[in-house]
Amino acid sequence: MKLPSAKARYSGLSLIKNALSYHENWQRAWRNPKPKTDYDVVIVGGGGHGLATAYYLAKEHGITNVAVVEKGYLGGGNTARNTTIIRSNYLWDEAAHLYELAMKLWEGLSQELNFNVMFSQRGVLNLGHNLQDMRDIERRVNANRLNGIDGEVLTPSQIKDIVPLLNTSPDCRYPVLGASWQPRGGTARHDAVAWGYARGADALGVDLIQQTEVTGIRRQNGTVIGVETTQGFIGARKVACVTAGNSGVMAAMAGLRLPLESRPLQALVSEPLKPCLDTVVMSNAVHGYISQSDKGDLVIGAGTDAYNGYGQRGSFHVIEHTLQAICELFPAFSRVRMNRQWGGIVDTCPDACPVISKTSVDGLYFNCGWGTGGFKATPGSGFVFADTVANDRPHPLAAPFSLDRFSSGALIDEHGAAGVAH
Amino acid sequence: MLTRRIDRGADNGKPIYFRFNGKRYQGRQGDTLAAALLANGVDIVGRSFKYGRPRGIVGHGAEEPNAIVQISHGSQTVPNLRATQVELYEGLEANSVSGWPSVDFDIKGSLGLLGGLMPPGFYYKTFMGSKKIWEFSEPWIRKAAGLGRAPVEADPDVYDKLNQHCDVLVVGAGPAGLMAALEAARTGARVIIADEQNEFGGSLLAATQTLDGKPCREWVSQTITELSNFNNVELLPRSTVFGYYDHNFLAILERRTDHLGPVATTGVRQRLHRVRARQVVLATGAIERPLVFANNDVPGVMLASSVSTYVNRYGVAPGNKLVLFTTNDGAYQTAIDWHSAGREVVAVVDTRHNPKGEWVDYARKLGIDILDGYGVIEARGGKRVKAALVAPLNREGSAVTGPPQTLSCDLLASSGGWSPAIHLSSHTGAKPVWSDDVVGFLPGESKQKERSAGAANGTYSLLGCLQEGARAGAEAAQQAGFGTDTSQLPLPKFTELQEQPQQALFLVPHSKRTSRAPKQFVDFQLDVTAAGIELAAREGYESVEHVKRYTAMGFGTDQGKLGNINGMAILSKALGQGIPETGTTIFRPSYTPTTFGAIAGRDVKELFDPERYTAMHRWHVENGAAFENVGQWKRPWYFPKPGETMHDAVNRECLAVRNSVGILDASTLGKIDIQGPDAAEFITRIYTNAYLKLAPGKCRYGVMLKEDGMIFDDGVTACLGENHYLMFTTTGGAAGVLAWLELWQQTEWPELEVYFTSVTDHWTTATVTGPNARKVIEKVCQDVDLSNDSFKFMDWRDGTVADVKARIFRISFTGELSFEVNVPAHYGRYIWEKLIEAGREFDITPYGTETMHVLRAEKGFIIVGQDTDGSMTPQDMNMDWVVGKKKAFSFIGKRSLERSDTVRENRKQFVGLKPLNEKEVLPEGAQIVNDPNQAIPMDMQGHVTSSYYSANLGHSFALAVVKGGLNRMGEVVHCPLADGRNIAAEIVSSVFYDPKGDRQNV
Amino acid sequence: MLEIYCPYCRETREEEEFSYSGEAHIARPPEPEAQSDEQWGDYLFFRKNPRGLHHEMWYHQTGCRRYFNVTRDTVSYQILESYPMGENPTVTTVANQTGDAR
Repeated sequence: MKLPSAKARYSGLSLIKNALSYHENWQRAWRNPKPKTDYDVVIVGGGGHGLATAYYLAKEHGITNVAVVEKGYLGGGNTARNTTIIRSNYLWDEAAHLYELAMKLWEGLSQELNFNVMFSQRGVLNLGHNLQDMRDIERRVNANRLNGIDGEVLTPSQIKDIVPLLNTSPDCRYPVLGASWQPRGGTARHDAVAWGYARGADALGVDLIQQTEVTGIRRQNGTVIGVETTQGFIGARKVACVTAGNSGVMAAMAGLRLPLESRPLQALVSEPLKPCLDTVVMSNAVHGYISQSDKGDLVIGAGTDAYNGYGQRGSFHVIEHTLQAICELFPAFSRVRMNRQWGGIVDTCPDACPVISKTSVDGLYFNCGWGTGGFKATPGSGFVFADTVANDRPHPLAAPFSLDRFSSGALIDEHGAAGVAH
Repeated sequence: MLTRRIDRGADNGKPIYFRFNGKRYQGRQGDTLAAALLANGVDIVGRSFKYGRPRGIVGHGAEEPNAIVQISHGSQTVPNLRATQVELYEGLEANSVSGWPSVDFDIKGSLGLLGGLMPPGFYYKTFMGSKKIWEFSEPWIRKAAGLGRAPVEADPDVYDKLNQHCDVLVVGAGPAGLMAALEAARTGARVIIADEQNEFGGSLLAATQTLDGKPCREWVSQTITELSNFNNVELLPRSTVFGYYDHNFLAILERRTDHLGPVATTGVRQRLHRVRARQVVLATGAIERPLVFANNDVPGVMLASSVSTYVNRYGVAPGNKLVLFTTNDGAYQTAIDWHSAGREVVAVVDTRHNPKGEWVDYARKLGIDILDGYGVIEARGGKRVKAALVAPLNREGSAVTGPPQTLSCDLLASSGGWSPAIHLSSHTGAKPVWSDDVVGFLPGESKQKERSAGAANGTYSLLGCLQEGARAGAEAAQQAGFGTDTSQLPLPKFTELQEQPQQALFLVPHSKRTSRAPKQFVDFQLDVTAAGIELAAREGYESVEHVKRYTAMGFGTDQGKLGNINGMAILSKALGQGIPETGTTIFRPSYTPTTFGAIAGRDVKELFDPERYTAMHRWHVENGAAFENVGQWKRPWYFPKPGETMHDAVNRECLAVRNSVGILDASTLGKIDIQGPDAAEFITRIYTNAYLKLAPGKCRYGVMLKEDGMIFDDGVTACLGENHYLMFTTTGGAAGVLAWLELWQQTEWPELEVYFTSVTDHWTTATVTGPNARKVIEKVCQDVDLSNDSFKFMDWRDGTVADVKARIFRISFTGELSFEVNVPAHYGRYIWEKLIEAGREFDITPYGTETMHVLRAEKGFIIVGQDTDGSMTPQDMNMDWVVGKKKAFSFIGKRSLERSDTVRENRKQFVGLKPLNEKEVLPEGAQIVNDPNQAIPMDMQGHVTSSYYSANLGHSFALAVVKGGLNRMGEVVHCPLADGRNIAAEIVSSVFYDPKGDRQNV
Repeated sequence: MLEIYCPYCRETREEEEFSYSGEAHIARPPEPEAQSDEQWGDYLFFRKNPRGLHHEMWYHQTGCRRYFNVTRDTVSYQILESYPMGENPTVTTVANQTGDAR
């Protein structure tokens, strides 16, 4: 399969060639097509997960008569708003296998997409501040290792070597007692992930339809036949919803309910600084997580707000608590300044695990409920969801994440590993 | 050559000395660092992010993109301040944050050729031949990026917070804001007026008009005096309203000592005002837009209004020969100011054809040359502008229509009009609205109780600002419940030249097309050019958000205050659509960057989270306890004697309890007093077992489930009397359990009359446990028959212990004979010491949580949250005995225990593990497999939840959850560990000690 | 940051005094044992999660310790009413929004 066509490949050489023609001849990264009257699959939601789903449908399953319908711009939702942390050190087997599939895909993603997603395996530390934290860390790291996922338990002095500015003094309010360390974890450039998948999917024939909102899901005899949109009806044999915080709204269009609550999740960045933090540091107990982007900003994640909300804003006290935690962990950062803060809407499940599932409506599929942990799963989520949609049965790794777990009780409680308490 | 200082006689500030990039300079009191640098002829203050181009000061306030400095004073260093906002003080030391080896000679800058290889998004297109190439390149990219340096020492300063309520908050103290505050103050409303600058006055500080025949500054100080005389007004200079949040909550950062230099670390450096305002007036002014032309980033190219500000406010002329480039009348003021300062105005280059009106006439009258229908298409010069290349433009300003000519100059001021500072309005979610008249975005429909006034609202005439401000102040006050909604104060009298329409021009054409012309900068800090924006559009990045993200436009520390509107307009043109269709990106807090420490406030270090102590805490400290954090509580972990390791101490404590007697401070357990006629019914619904028949004087252990059937808390409940119970909860679960009880009573069963009161802090608990426990209690308690016949296990009694009224519970978490003595908290330490005194002959041993854990584990007693994890049912924990199956009411969680997954066999079940090597202690958290030699991923069977060495048993032991474990007694399982060891253990009963429970019943 | 009116304290107080307690008006099935696993799962986990008006419970944790209901717009975050447990909301559609909380 040619992907993308040889002519359009990005490389150092193509940069030089294009520089000589004043960059006037670069091709579009993706087309801007008018929607066709019908498709084999319509994917609702042009974020990272939706675009990855489209890409893998085309690439892995040869299904190219696909449209991604996006109400705003590609990658404009949580893909553009998260703190870009990538790791696969989840506790339970089901989650660990899914996130580890994603990790393996991340490791070759820039090459696969011919688009540098700047995946940076700078390692992820999860700090423990009390004895129970340390028991949980031991348990998770042991489980990870036996699942083939890299992980170590570090002592405070080993942590200090990796993060010199971290306060590892035993005298602070909640001293760092240790940490789990996943060297393969890290960060990626969030926008580039959406753009890379968009460009890849487009090259395989997928139509990316932006500024088009889905307003209804049309069904006939319990089977999906297409979607109503602000550009009119678009027929589809299958409809796959990948709309994160808006999934509840989409489900309601098909008369379904989901076990989700949409909450604001806030984040902030500092002004750019020279490199001073070379890894990702997360603390569940003190409650903050932080990394430094290639541009130099400290990227800091806050907690979810307590209440349901679609406003992409949260309450200020959440930011205050987060920066208290950051100043506690990094007393030197107290004089650094917040440049910008924002919120996204995360769809949280009761067990902090996603829903990747068929529904009671034939041909209608949902991939949602990623809560605070969706970005890191993007490639894996798209991969297993494409397989689920293509074959109309759950991919083996997706099966535990079906909706029926909420009636059977087979929940996969990842609150401990999810990083943010919801 | 003229000096850069303009002599202002008595108004000259006193000289002060400072250092910039290691060199000593003289400035004057009242200068900003930027003003002082300009006065000293410092042209280059930084290097650009991507291309390393030399950059000079462009603006005079929050919009400055180039003059980013590090103020250096050891632990008090601050990165990334704008020189335009740093007040000069004696001894100030500042450094550029870019340029290597120096800003004057920069390696990156001299590799200018590479600029062509770095179009927007170049890094997405390369460094990816293999994973290795990226891994090699990324550290270099990171090194090249970033501005200032983070401090490396802990912040010595202190930050405060102030919660405030006011009727009217006025943001901005320019003409509109001052009038608004006056009008609101007059009505008696509580007013706060805040301004980012060190002085109130806004644009008036640099204005040359007279108001009521007096200089503007005089009117400003008069107004400030008037405002200060109201006791219902709070004036906050040096205070940035940086965020507008829901329900009219605004956050203000007040800088209290930064302008004084590195003062003593007492005092409060900055203060965060958390303000709930009934009504808000946004009088935040406007920011001038630079014109975008080739090489418009050469030092010496500045905003027109900034040139005026330096001349009029600071007495600094940042050059000698000015070319003013404008699309509007307002900027003529700069030429006039320059002329008045006795400097040469080479020409006014006005893009409008044949402009007329009062401003043009006035300038002509002064003898200023006006080149109309012309544009500056390129600046010439390397480290300082030397000339402006000007050329005639067509009427639309879209093409060069004739040959260019060169105007020699050393200062090139430009004005492309103004952009209202609508940031705070858009924080509320209001969608900005494009106005062709204003040539800018206006505040959108209000989402909060606010209104904008003056330049922030697109009103640029002084009279308009004063009028709008007054009106807004009166309206805000009235809507907050004060006054009559009509402005009543007289406005000052003055004359003002009338402005003619401006030309909307966002990209000045060049004789070469944009992609080939020298760089035309839109966002200076991030080196975003007009060609870059057009390229992004060409590549399909058509949404304004895509362009912003692809080119990084607006992501700098100025957040696009200068560049964004030009950028959006250039994008609109590239896409062939109007600016309203393109829209704008959304402004987010902070308006200007805000210190982390100020947002954190005092809630750091020892105040990060309250520490809770029991009444005996000081005794524990005095007796050398090591402490464990349990929630907010500090609990003694163990009591080491000199020379003892933790292991030694715990072994000693464990043996003492089982062989004689020990004492534990159990005060942290949650205690909820429950009363009411339906109390028993209520508790029975909440717990898995029944309480209806629990008689006064009796206790019962219960397990609480969430409605999903999973264990959530456990503890003993005692019947204190008729309709009166005391419920013990886990230490960490206390608050959650209270909320849980309230939830069910208030929302589901309001018909049950029952009341809950937390009494955790009212009582302290000393647990005396061990075979000699009764002998100890007997010595201090005479009014209770302590014999086993009359005071049985799981009974409680009122009594007097060492003359203090006490409740004594015969409950046991060690499996030994135990008496838990509860007394009102203020007797806690007294009783503790009395019990220790009484126990001395039995060598009573204080023990901590670690020994408590070992002893309870020997008995197989669970700790919720350690042995359970939110996925365990009572059956999983081998506690089916605690589930009342015959209860009439379907207790909380019961139904969930019957779901297909919860009745599944092969669930993880609670068992004991006995390592085959009796000396080896399994790590808690070790995973359990059947075959340690299987391939990865392994089939994990469960994990170790608790594990210890038992001095009493003489071997190590563990508790674990194992799939189907209750039917696997005697099987050997394996724990492969990270260090390569494999520990084999036998599955055994979870009760290791005194399986029949005889010892607690003696 | 929200400002919430407690109908018991009769005061408008800062969000930090309260804790959120999820969707309101979900009654526990009177006979849990009569419910199918699906019905029971629905009761446990499935929520309306609307974009717009939401009736929700708040707990005045550091105040009167009472639970009460709030009608709030989940997009604008505007609070349209607070009302005691056991009462029904008066604002049920966007059309009859009456402006301020109380």
